[in-house]
Amino acid sequence: MNKISMTVNGKSVSADAEGRTLLSTYLRDGLGLTGTHVGCDTSQCGACVVHVDGQVVKSCSVLAMDVAGADIRTIEGVAAPDGTLSTLQQAFQDHHGLQCGFCTPGMIMSAAALLEENPKPSEAEIRHYLEGNICRCTGYHNIIKAVMAASGQDVSDMGTIAAE
Amino acid sequence: MPKDGIGASTKRREDIRFLTGNGRYTDDINLRGQAYVHFLRSEVAHGRIRSIDTSAASAMPGVIRIFTAEDFGHAGGLPCGWLVTDRFGEPMQEPKHPILAEGKVRHVGDPICGIVAETLEQARDAAEAIELDIEELPAVVDMRKALEDNSVKVHDDLTSNLCYDWGFVEENKEAVNAAFAEAAHVVSVELTNNRLCANPMEARVAIGDYDPWNEQHTLYTTSQNPHVIRLLMGAFVLSLPEHKLRIVAPDVGGGFGSKIYHYAEEAFCTHVAKVLRQPVKWTSTRSEAFISDAHARDHVSKVELALDKDHNFLAIRSTTLANMGAYLSTFAPSVPTWLHGTLMAGPYKTPLVYVNVKAVFTNTVAVDAYRGAGRPEATFQLERIIDKAARELGVDGVELRRKNFIKPEQFPYQTPVAVEYDSGNFHATMDKMLELSNYANLDKRVEESRKKGKLRGFGISQYIEACGIAPSHLVGQLGARAGLYETATVRVNATGSISVLTGCHSHGQGHETSFPQIVADMIGIDASQIDIVHGDTATTPMGMGTYGSRSMAVGGSALVKATNKIIDKAKKIAAHLLEASEADIELKDGKFSVAGTDKSVDWAGVTLAAYVPHNYPLESLEPGLEETAFYDPNNFTFPSGCYGCEIEVDPDTGKVEIMAFTAADDFGVVINPMIVEGQVHGGLAQGIGQALTENCVYDENGQLLTGSFMDYTMPRADDLPVFKVDHSCFTPCTHNPLGAKGCGEAGAIGAPPAVVNAVIDALHRAGHTHVQHINMPVTPARVWAAMNSK
Repeated sequence: MNKISMTVNGKSVSADAEGRTLLSTYLRDGLGLTGTHVGCDTSQCGACVVHVDGQVVKSCSVLAMDVAGADIRTIEGVAAPDGTLSTLQQAFQDHHGLQCGFCTPGMIMSAAALLEENPKPSEAEIRHYLEGNICRCTGYHNIIKAVMAASGQDVSDMGTIAAE
Repeated sequence: MPKDGIGASTKRREDIRFLTGNGRYTDDINLRGQAYVHFLRSEVAHGRIRSIDTSAASAMPGVIRIFTAEDFGHAGGLPCGWLVTDRFGEPMQEPKHPILAEGKVRHVGDPICGIVAETLEQARDAAEAIELDIEELPAVVDMRKALEDNSVKVHDDLTSNLCYDWGFVEENKEAVNAAFAEAAHVVSVELTNNRLCANPMEARVAIGDYDPWNEQHTLYTTSQNPHVIRLLMGAFVLSLPEHKLRIVAPDVGGGFGSKIYHYAEEAFCTHVAKVLRQPVKWTSTRSEAFISDAHARDHVSKVELALDKDHNFLAIRSTTLANMGAYLSTFAPSVPTWLHGTLMAGPYKTPLVYVNVKAVFTNTVAVDAYRGAGRPEATFQLERIIDKAARELGVDGVELRRKNFIKPEQFPYQTPVAVEYDSGNFHATMDKMLELSNYANLDKRVEESRKKGKLRGFGISQYIEACGIAPSHLVGQLGARAGLYETATVRVNATGSISVLTGCHSHGQGHETSFPQIVADMIGIDASQIDIVHGDTATTPMGMGTYGSRSMAVGGSALVKATNKIIDKAKKIAAHLLEASEADIELKDGKFSVAGTDKSVDWAGVTLAAYVPHNYPLESLEPGLEETAFYDPNNFTFPSGCYGCEIEVDPDTGKVEIMAFTAADDFGVVINPMIVEGQVHGGLAQGIGQALTENCVYDENGQLLTGSFMDYTMPRADDLPVFKVDHSCFTPCTHNPLGAKGCGEAGAIGAPPAVVNAVIDALHRAGHTHVQHINMPVTPARVWAAMNSK
């Protein structure tokens, strides 16, 4: 066991980890940041996506010790400190882009990275970008819709919009 | 009506915690001093355990104790919740399902040892040091081979691998055969309903805890129905009385049926926590889920349709082999029988139906219900055989269906397969689907695709299903070992806010938003004043949980019933406060008033009086405002609808691409349209997944070849289209107070035949008329092979 330190959601943190401890385990068990989920063991599902120094990373496929000192952003660091949802999070609620919520943290982290790279992605671009995030509940329809809406695009032909 | 009442697309309140990383799933729970469990599982599909030597492993760092079957000698096997009686009147064969393998292992993944250690890594390391001597035996995987006389037996103490041979309706068998003998046309098709894995994104987790202070066992588990787990595990497995056993199912990351069942790991953790006097936690990996979660479907069927010279359906005859796997999972026997045979009339007025099902044990993981459960298998047979009949007879599939539909004025309609449909309008949903999918211009789109070198086709599927499970007296007669009512307690607090305690469980369905809409609508207060409590047997009344699209139809009806009791009592209190007759009290927008006067008292005034009963009719009315209702349905509900799938086939590769998918459903009265649309999207995705990509494949030795997301092809964002969904053609359920029918499973039931019919249509339009059927999943390899075979 070694103490490993990094910056997570703007705070300096440290916790014990073995050499084999994955970043996802470090975040969940070491820091108690359980918003990052683990949905598979083959780096396929994307529920564990976080940002490492601004890059999209599946935290189940990185050793915690390899990102010592890095700047990590997790789902817990997306909303404003007062709890106000980001535009993307709000769009997911407005357009019912989540059901059980398990894939949602990874989906938000991936979609946020997409919108930073490509502020107005097409439907096809969104589907392609999110190919590494599996959702079993929504059929992706409302996730695509939420990401398009968050980027200011008209989604009025894609079904019901939630009431206030 | 308040703005968040019935029919409003209210945003989901639970989303806030899920979107910010504040959900509390079972694996997010860590108890002080908890140990970790790792299961050593069988790597062979069938074998005799010669010896298990745990001595070296027990001495490994951090190992607390290693458990084997010997440690569970006192415990019962995992019970089966449904007894099917075969067509000769005999009960099904029901083998013991031990918590840990006793003497034999019967499928890859069968748990043999449970290693408890201070860390998960230590438990896994110790598993490597267990010396296991297993004599590998020949495995039986193929159902036909399993039924041969000289087959290897999965269970030595059973007479064969046949669980049951079921006939329905047995008395109709000869009449059905006679109808076929005399029919002008007979069409038949042999097909498989491919084996699936439910794969909710959250794998299963169990944490056992024992508190000597009150001698209470607590199990935190990923369950769709905590009370069912308490009943089954307490009464049949561990002999724990219910008042000493608490089951908590917090946020659950999807279920789709796979989290209904009582699993060995739950009993293990509950028991071991007491033995070791410390909490023990097990978290399934995805690889482990593939070999320990109940699988789904896996039917091999032959279906035949008899028609008269005018193309009226005369009879349906269906024979199925249904895979049970190595053990009977909790509700496995009911799926190919009562959830399948009773739907074989479909939306059609076919007068005679006979269904035969042989359920078979194999050396594979257990098979049980998954989204749709039996109804997708029935719908797939019906909609494929009708599609084939239309082609063979040279008639339009739309017209052939319309001609044979039960007409809107014929409801209630008694089918020849026991169930009575209360309502429906199949013509309306079909017309709506054809309109929304612009079916009239299909030929033009086919031509445009042809110019691009693509083969376009359109497939139709008209389904009806049975939800709102279920009338207890009826399912009792059919072999269910449980009642299937639902409960709600409406606990009104002194200042007027309300806690609704429900036996239903939300694992994505949005009950925390939709259930308050009902109460808000009935009382006329803001939905934000109402909260749902669910998922904990310590805080909720005994209820049967969430599956079979039952929550709104059954649980919602219980909630209406309980809320009506609240309103009745509140009116009595209001009458006292207003010094008026109870009969003159009206409730509107959260205010009680005396008819024809300006005297009124608001909701909070009444609720405060109920709990601070200074001015209160104590001689005739108890204080307080809390009511419980149990609702036992009078009948199943029957959602129905019509789906249209438009696809393109790339003739060079055989790859199928979905170009458009249209769903016109009749769910009865809809509480939250936004949530209902989401449920349809998800069901369609799973139905399309079954049709195009998903498949559990075992080799002949019983090794699972598709044991991870690398091999089992989950539909991804770029595999699916934008869906067009509609639920405007609704006919209210006639026998529950909401008129709601249920919407959770429809997509998974109706979608697969629409997809396959579309592929066959595309191939026929392109001249590949020799292709009669392609089994699911309709992969590029299968399509290409079908096109290029003669």
